[in-house]
Order: sequence, then structure tokens, then C-alpha cells
Amino acid sequence: MSPRPLDYESLNENVKKVAYAVRGELYLRASELQKEGKKIIFTNVGNPHALGQKPLTFPRQVVALCQAPFLLDDPNVGLLFPADAIARAKHYLSMTSGGLGAYSDSRGLPGIRKEVADFIERRDGYPSDPELIFLTDGASKGVMQMLNTIIRNEKDGILVPVPQYPLYSATISLYGGSLVPYYLEEEANWGLDFYNIRQSVAVARSKGITVRAMVIINPGNPTGQCLSEANIRELLKFCFQENLVLLADEVYQQNIYQDERPFISARKILFDMGPPISKEVQLVSFHTVSKGYWGECGQRGGYFEMTNLPPQTVDEIYKVASVSLSPNVPGQIFLGLMVNPPKPGDISHLKFVVESKAVLESLRRRAHIMTDGFNSCRNVVCNFTEGAMYSFPQICLPPKAIEAAKKVGKAPDVFYCLKLLEATGISTVPGSGFGQKEGVFHLRTTILPAEEEMPAIMASFKKFNDEFMEQYEDCRGYSRM
Amino acid sequence: MRRFATERAKKLIVGSFLSSRSPSPSSHLLSSSAAAAASAMGSTQSPPVTLDSINPKVIKCEYAVRGEIVSHAQRLQQELQTKPGAHPFDEILYCNIGNPQSLAQQPITFFREVLALCDHPSILDKSETHALFSADAIARAWQILDLIPGRATGAYSHSQGIKGLRDAIAAGIAARDGFPANADDIFLTDGASPAVHMMMQLLIRSEKDGILCPIPQYPLYSASIALHGGSLVPYYLDEATGWGLEISEVKKQLEDARSKGIAVRAIVVINPGNPTGQVLAEENQREIVEFCKKEGLVLLADEVYQENIYVENKKFNSFKKIARSMGYGEQDISLVSFQSVSKGYYGECGKRGGYMEVTGFSADVREQIYKVASVNLCSNISGQILASLVMNTPKVGDESYESFIAEKNGILSSLARRAKALEDAFNSLEGVTCNKAEGAMYLFPRLHLPQKAIEAAKVVNAAPDAFYARRLLDATGIVVVPGSGFGQVPGTWHFRCTILPQEDKIPAIISRLKAFHESFMEEFHD
Repeated sequence: MSPRPLDYESLNENVKKVAYAVRGELYLRASELQKEGKKIIFTNVGNPHALGQKPLTFPRQVVALCQAPFLLDDPNVGLLFPADAIARAKHYLSMTSGGLGAYSDSRGLPGIRKEVADFIERRDGYPSDPELIFLTDGASKGVMQMLNTIIRNEKDGILVPVPQYPLYSATISLYGGSLVPYYLEEEANWGLDFYNIRQSVAVARSKGITVRAMVIINPGNPTGQCLSEANIRELLKFCFQENLVLLADEVYQQNIYQDERPFISARKILFDMGPPISKEVQLVSFHTVSKGYWGECGQRGGYFEMTNLPPQTVDEIYKVASVSLSPNVPGQIFLGLMVNPPKPGDISHLKFVVESKAVLESLRRRAHIMTDGFNSCRNVVCNFTEGAMYSFPQICLPPKAIEAAKKVGKAPDVFYCLKLLEATGISTVPGSGFGQKEGVFHLRTTILPAEEEMPAIMASFKKFNDEFMEQYEDCRGYSRM
Repeated sequence: MRRFATERAKKLIVGSFLSSRSPSPSSHLLSSSAAAAASAMGSTQSPPVTLDSINPKVIKCEYAVRGEIVSHAQRLQQELQTKPGAHPFDEILYCNIGNPQSLAQQPITFFREVLALCDHPSILDKSETHALFSADAIARAWQILDLIPGRATGAYSHSQGIKGLRDAIAAGIAARDGFPANADDIFLTDGASPAVHMMMQLLIRSEKDGILCPIPQYPLYSASIALHGGSLVPYYLDEATGWGLEISEVKKQLEDARSKGIAVRAIVVINPGNPTGQVLAEENQREIVEFCKKEGLVLLADEVYQENIYVENKKFNSFKKIARSMGYGEQDISLVSFQSVSKGYYGECGKRGGYMEVTGFSADVREQIYKVASVNLCSNISGQILASLVMNTPKVGDESYESFIAEKNGILSSLARRAKALEDAFNSLEGVTCNKAEGAMYLFPRLHLPQKAIEAAKVVNAAPDAFYARRLLDATGIVVVPGSGFGQVPGTWHFRCTILPQEDKIPAIISRLKAFHESFMEEFHD
């Protein structure tokens, strides 16, 4: 029988090339084990609410009222909802043409895009244009849209950090482009190495690749490092010299766990640098409601902001956005609330601040607990999680472990992570899912498990790890003689 | 401005291809400071993201539903505020897009109660909640939350959507069709559109891969095929027989495409039709199923209007039901069914809820579909919950049943009346014929335009139906989409108008339409 259109062989090759380890082999195995009754601690994805983090109260109140506007007229509504939530719900509903159930402008509700622009201006000290801000169903959709706009064919290269969040590698594969890796320096706290970056670009160009864009993830995922102002300046200069558009993934900007390097947006630095760079370098910045102290992953709310893109290009991006009609309206409202939270004096302000601080301070403590915990384990070295939500320890696997992995047809870090899962129920993502230097192995876990459970989790990990190391280091041929 | 920019840019791109050896082919697209920077850089490169260096598939893709005429309408709308009295109408009536709630259709109360409770579950424990919400909405919210690990509606779910909700949807499909459905076959998405994109991505390897699409079609399909670099293989619906789908026509187009070296992979069937509104007869559907099986085509069944049927003599049958009732199972036909929360009587466009049910594919292909879905992690949870409510509505005996049924029937019967009123109105106009809207949300009248009008359109470089639609907008504030946005037999002209303005506005719309049309025909009569 001739192959049918959707037989495996006749699928789009680009689809087959895509790999997205965050929900790949380890996660599927963990799900299987969970079905069999094993207790699994899912630390494979930055999904705070799934690990017990509670949603902030105020946004949920506002969105619930927007869902059911008939409540607003009910005399009893004040029993359950504070006045400022009621007022805010009315404010957002008035921005829409038909409440949550109507398609909005394909770029998102103008009123919310204005709130985002105001937020950006307050944050950076430079004005922002709502017309250049597009809301999306999560930041990932925005990233995919931009990469689809840039990539014409396999000769278009995108500079991506290694290790990276595999949305980038997956999307580049899907759209048939080329990933041009630049390696972060683990020994220098996952710092940038411009020599290496320039090398990568040169190698790519020698292969006939046109390097079009550079991705930075700040704070980093999976690596957690926060870029300094000097770093960002150098990056912008580099993009200017090499004619690259900078794609700044800044979704973790609220998640900062040290005080030496607060978050500074790429856009702010761009404008600080003045012309010609400030007028020439093309920049797209991404943000989301999924991370920070909000963790509202399931809402699918996000935006991207374009700087120095020509109007015709913005039009084309708008056109493609219009094919999907509009981003989901509740997610847009979450975004509006995130950039325009309760202010001092508002009824809900105090509770909002208390809830937010509690999350951030706990994350900071957990970042330390986890880093220290990993560093106390045999053959494990871990950089501190300066920001974001992950820990990315390096696991120095003994040669015998690597051989054992090869024997069962698994990459060494996959082998380790599967054993970890089976022994402890901790579901992580092997470093190979993010990229790493040849022969160096890592795993990514999140710092999201509940604080009270952290010590037990780290103890469980340490027990597994140290036994694993003993088992595989002990097999030295001569030692038993 | 957008169309103009695109047209001008297209000319410039052609120009730059012709002068590819010139030092700065796109310099006229750069601002002067950019050009200065380019020379400061010591090169004449244009910045990385300009019109001539972006993905050409993006440039090729078009979507008229939110195209040029809508931009013009938005400008007029602003003028109505800044310069009152500047136009012979005082409001813009958007009849271009199937967006019911933007035209005052009310959401279904029960659905919104459940969604509000799921958005803010902490009030479920409070006694005051019973004063504000119906008991069965509270019960349903509890039941749904129990399906979600940790009751965390803010967490990413399984990439196909929450399992328990998929079970509910599968049960709803089975109840609808009388044939079983499997939760593992369901992929919940942010509206049906992303699911369509996923399938196109899977199917299209190059421009040598063709997808059969009805003409006229909802332009998501043409746009998606262009974006993914494939070829649209048109099959014409027959206006003379109520937009009938003739298998002989489909076969002819298929063979024609194949003779040109196109591998035809799938056929899109929109039932009920958009923009055409026809509901397929069962016999017709059986022919299509048989055809797909014989020719090895994937059947992409857009069934988002399944709850919008306005005629007694037709009913909705899902293609899965038809295939199964013919004795065809997973081995016989590859079938994808798309459903959405945006249409029906619920009209929840802004929520972005929907799913595709995928049957007749091998396990390794399903893995690939799952993998692509996982890159985006999951669709929005609230939309997932809504999809499960749409497929699993209040039952007789539930506290909310009576009010639910009243709301549902009220909306559907009103839609049926509006469809008829507008259809009659269009048919009463000189030189206009309009097929009945048996289903969906649109009318697609045909304009038999006088030669003078066609020439006047040519003078301003517009298609005749776009010319008519623009004039209509300028005279009445009514926004419709020219037929060229959907495809039509060459030399014929149409426009798509929704049936969605509230019923009390319909008489005024009809009289404004008639007045405009009469004066237009008088201006251009031969």
C-alpha cells in the first residue's frame, strides 16, 4: 500500500526534527510511574501552582468578576469581593467590546497594551508605544511568531545560548532555520564569552549561514544567571556591529535572588547608549504572567515589545497575528493586572504585597537551599540560582556510569535522571535537553517544590546521588585484587 | 494603510529582485539615519528585520476578515468620535467577523458561573457563595476542580489538555454521535485555529504538498497553507445548487493537481459552511468519506458551526459519525474534527477554547502531534474548561437547565430569524442573489454588478466587490468582507455579511442597505 498522507514517513521533516525535552522522555516516564501509584515530584517545568504555590488573590477576584459580569449588579457581591476588585473588573470590561467572550484587537486590547507601555516606562524611564506591543497566548507564541518572521530557510541562523530553554531549538527546527550556539561559561557563573560568540558567528558564516538574530535569556533558563549592565551593553554593541536583531527573553525579570545584579531591561540599556545604537539596533522583548511571583502558567498571558522595527514589518507581524484572531482575553487581563497591580492606598494593596513578598522571599530561600544541597553532594557542582526558577547542577558522571548508559542506549544524563526518578520520584530534565558542552552533564530541576518539603527532597537526592556515585566509582578494575 | 504598505512593499521587493546586484537594494526602505548607520558599519546591509528580509511566506499570507476594509472602518470609527456629524451614520456596524458577543450577544450564564468559580476557587468554601451562584454551577465547579491536580487552574496542564476534561468531551462526542470517542484522541487548543495550523504543519513538507480547500473558504485555510509553504488546491462549491459540494468537481481538481506534480494530502470540508452556510446532506457526506478513503486523503472536518443550524430539514452529522456508520474505523480513514467554543449559541470567541479530535493515525504520528503541542506547553485552562462545558451541558432536572435551555433557544431562534430576514433583504435587491444560510453565521450574497461599476472599480485599482464593500461602508457604516477574501469563481463577485447584529438593529440595517444599494445601482446602471 502506498504511504498514506499521515504515515510517519510522509510527515513534515521539520516536525520530526523538533525536540522538546521539558515534556519529553523523562516526563513521560514520570507520568507512567505516577499512574502506577508512585509519588512523583515534578520538577521538570517551571509550573509553580502545580507544586502548591497559591495564586495571588486580587487578580483571581478581578477575573472571576469579569467572567460573570452579572455578579457586578448583585447586591451581595460585596460579601465576596472587595470594592477595588469590583472597580477593576468594571474597568477592564469597559475596555472590551463585549466582555471576555469577544475577540479583541488581534494585538490585544488597546487599554491593556497602554497599561503595559506605562509599566515599561515606569520600569525603564523611557516611553513605550502601545502600538508596538502585541499580547500573545503566552510568551512562547510570541517567540514562535518572531522566529517564523525572521527565518526564511536553513541558511538563516539564530544565535542561541547553550544551555538554553528548548523552545528556541524546537522552534528553529520547526521553521527550518539553523541554530548557531554560543556557550555560556559555567566556571564564570554561566557568564558570556564574547570570544566564543564571535567564533560561533564566524564558523556559521563560513558555512554560508546568515546570522540574523541573537537570543538572550535574562535571567537565564536553565542557568539562572543575571546579566550585568556591562554585559548587556556589550551584547547590544555586538548586535549593532553584526547586524543582528536582539531577542530578549525577559520572562523571569521578577525572579531575582541576589542584590548585586538587579534586573535591567535590554531596552533600557539600549536607550541609555544613545544614537546610533539606540536608533538602529532592532530589539524584541518578551514577558509573561507565567513566571515571576505570579506563576499563572495556565492562563497563557504574555506580550512582546518591538523596538526599531520598520512599520511595514510590524504590519506583517500584525497580519499574521490576525489570522489567529486574538489572544485570549482573560490572559490579557492577568497581564494588565500584573503590570498595573494594586497601589498603596488600594483596599487590596496590603494583602497583595504580603502575598507577593512571601512568594519571592521563599523562592530566594529555596534557591539557596537547593544550591547548597547540590553542592554538598558527591561529584556535583552547582552555580547559585541568581534568578529565574531553576537549578542546573553539573553531575560529574564516572566513566563506568557513562558506559552503563551507553549499554542501554541512553545518553549519560538521561540514564542518571531516569535512575533518580525511579529511586526518588524526583522528575527532572536531563541537561542534554538544554544543550551543554561535550562530555559535561547536568540536569535541570526547579526551585519550586514547597519550602517545607525541600530539605527532604534534597536529602533524598543526596542519598540517591551518593549511592549512585559509590556504585559506579567503585568498579575500578584493580581495587578488588 | 496596511494594504497600501503591503502593495508598495511587494513592488519594492520585485524591484529589489530585479536589481539584486545594486549596492543597497533596499535602501529606500531604510530611514536616512539607518542608511547612515549602515555606512558607518562599513557595509550596506539593511537591518536584519525589514520587509525584504523577512520570511516570504509571511508576506504571501493574507487574511481578509481583518484586512484592509476593517482598518478603514476603524479609522471611520475614530472619526465618528473626533468629528461627529462627519458621516451619514452614527455607528460602525461590524458585520465582517463572527464575533457575537461584540454585538451584544449575552454569554450563557451557567458557563460563566462555572468559569468564575474555577477562576477563584477559594470562594467555593464560603457560605456567601450560595447567595451569588446557582447550586449546580457550584457543584460543576467542584467536579471540574477535582479533575485538576491540586485544583490549580493556574498550572500548565497535560499538553493535550486536562485528562478529566477530555474524558468529558469524549463522552459528549459519543452522546452526540452514538459512536465511542477516546480522550487520547483529543487535543485541546487555544481556539480551533491553532489546531488547524498544527495539522498543516504536519502535512506540508514543501510547495509540492497540496491541500484541497472549498472555494469559497474561510481564509484561515489559505493563510495557513501559505504560511506553511504548501499549495492550496481549490474545489469549487456550486452556487446554483445552494453551494453544493460535487464529488466530480473535487475529483477533477485532485487529478488536475496530481498531473502538475502536486501530492494532494488532505481535503478541508467546512460543515456547516463558512462563508456559504450550507449544511451537507448525509448522502453527500458519505460520498466525501468514500472519496477520502479511496484517494488516501486526510479529511480535515471543520465542524465549529455544528450547533448553528437554522433549517428543519437538515441536521448536523459529524464526519466521524458518518464514517463509523459506514463501517469505517481507524484503519480505514484518517479524520480530524475541529470544534470551537467561539461559535454555536455560546459565542465565546475571546476565551480561545477548542479542540481537534484526531482518529485514524498511527501511534508514531500521534507522538509527533503531541510533541508539537508540548512546545507550547498547553492551551489556556479556562478555555479547556469551557470546551468541556460546551460538550457537556446542563441536563433535564439540573437547577440551571430551564434557564440554560431558554438562553440557548433564544439565541438560536433569533439567529435563525436574522438569517432569514437578511437573506430576504439581500434577495430583494436589484442584481443581488443570495443563497439561504442553512447554518453557520453568515450570508454570502452575489453581486451581479453593472459594467459601469466594474469599470469604476478598475479605475481605482480595486476588485469590484471590494469597491462595492468600501462604498457600502462609507455610506452606511456597515462593514462586510469582499468575496475575494474567501475565493469565488473568477468573474463573480460576492461579499460576506454576518447575521450577528442584534435583532432590533436588523430593520435599520436592512433599510440602510437598500437605500445604499438603490443609489449605487442608479449611479452605475448601464
